[in-house]
Amino acid sequence: MWAFIHKLGSPKWFYAISARLLPWLWVAAVALIVTGSIWGLLYAPADYQQGNSFRIIYVHVPAAFLAQSVFVSMAAAGLVFMVWKIKVADMAAAMMAPLGACMTFVALFSGAVWGVPTWGTWWQWDARLTSMLILFFLYIGVIALRGAFTSRDAGARAASVLALVGVINIPIIKYSVDWWYTLHQTASFTFTSRPAMPAQMYVPLLLMVLGFYCFFIALTLTRTRTEILRREGSKRWVRQLVEGRL
Amino acid sequence: MSGWEMIDVSVNTKPTGTVESLLVSEPEGGLIGAIKATLVRDMTLLLRRRGEMLNPLVFFALVITLFPIGISPEAETLAAIAPGLLWVAALLAALLSLDSLFRGDHDDGALEQLLLSPHPLPLLALTKVAVHWLMTGLPLALMAPLLGVMLALPSGSYVVLAVSLALGSAILSLVGAIGAALTVGLARGGVLVSLLVLPLYIPVLIFGAGAVQAAVSGANVAAHLAILGALLAVALGLAPFAIAASLRISLNG
Repeated sequence: MWAFIHKLGSPKWFYAISARLLPWLWVAAVALIVTGSIWGLLYAPADYQQGNSFRIIYVHVPAAFLAQSVFVSMAAAGLVFMVWKIKVADMAAAMMAPLGACMTFVALFSGAVWGVPTWGTWWQWDARLTSMLILFFLYIGVIALRGAFTSRDAGARAASVLALVGVINIPIIKYSVDWWYTLHQTASFTFTSRPAMPAQMYVPLLLMVLGFYCFFIALTLTRTRTEILRREGSKRWVRQLVEGRL
Repeated sequence: MSGWEMIDVSVNTKPTGTVESLLVSEPEGGLIGAIKATLVRDMTLLLRRRGEMLNPLVFFALVITLFPIGISPEAETLAAIAPGLLWVAALLAALLSLDSLFRGDHDDGALEQLLLSPHPLPLLALTKVAVHWLMTGLPLALMAPLLGVMLALPSGSYVVLAVSLALGSAILSLVGAIGAALTVGLARGGVLVSLLVLPLYIPVLIFGAGAVQAAVSGANVAAHLAILGALLAVALGLAPFAIAASLRISLNG
């Protein structure tokens, strides 16, 4: 087991092992997302309060899940890089950051679009929307900090520290925003009164969430492989690989 | 006998000679001495550059002056938003002061000496942050009630305003120092610091402004102040290590 993990740390092995996993992951991601979308958008029953507008949930909730998970995995990869100096971990962290920022933006945007039919406004200072917005700024901070360093190694370590500081702060921010919202809440609309979902609604949601996770893993692996080729371009195995293909 | 052999001997035996004690034992004064020296040095430097110390205070007063002009000079309107305004303006002033925290030491090489010292860097960094808070955060907290009068802040909330700012600005200094340490090696770190640090400031703003708001409306302020205290305790425990790691990255990278 440990030998396997140590092997994963070497770019060459990571490149070889991920090549075997990737086709499965991509197939799973596409199959789950396509099934979930068709089921959710066409066959799931309409919500009795919100009508068809509730179907935004099939994009909104998976994106929001990923937005938070990606930050945690980015911080975990940063920690692995800081402690064991495994370069692949940093490459993965660097590749995850833009995806996480995109997912946060998708969650925010779909939330805003959803707000129009349900709340009658594009933006509501709702606790969840607000903490999502802050998460978006945290992602931009990590990406900007990495880009600001001319030395790649220093930028990588700085981004790791910031991701770790951020991951400690995310729960604090989340709970303080919840507290703030309950103090300021205007009696306009509550999510809590909504009835529990029937299986016809939540099974496609579950498929979508799983599909988004597979997509995240597959995309991160694919991008990390590209990054390995870019950073290790001077190594012999990379040259042989590229020349063999050309 | 060459110097190398002397080191070898002194590892096993207790150092007695002057050369050996210089090589292996703690420098004179120990950890307390190092902290005291950092404290005195930073205080002296800041007291000699009073302009730098006054800048955040003047900025705070100026920003507060802008709001009545931009919004409305009516006392009722101002009083309603005064807690939030005072807190946001103080937070921005604290943010502005972060650049001076490590910049001067980085430029003249003193920061490298700090990293080379045998004492734990987190404690030395904490000392520097403590001086920074003493010279910027605490004056901001003491000045805030005066600006509160100008914003027609209801009486009875002045003490809470000062206490919440004193507690809160200590957290702002600690968290901000991480951002300052991460960007000290960069040529243009100014805007980046605000991008890194402002999202992390939000909990402090919520509970700080919440405390003043609670005092204005006559509610219990203890809960808000207790949470600020808890946040400060967490920041005191964790931030020094993050600051030390960031300083190492900025200087070695």
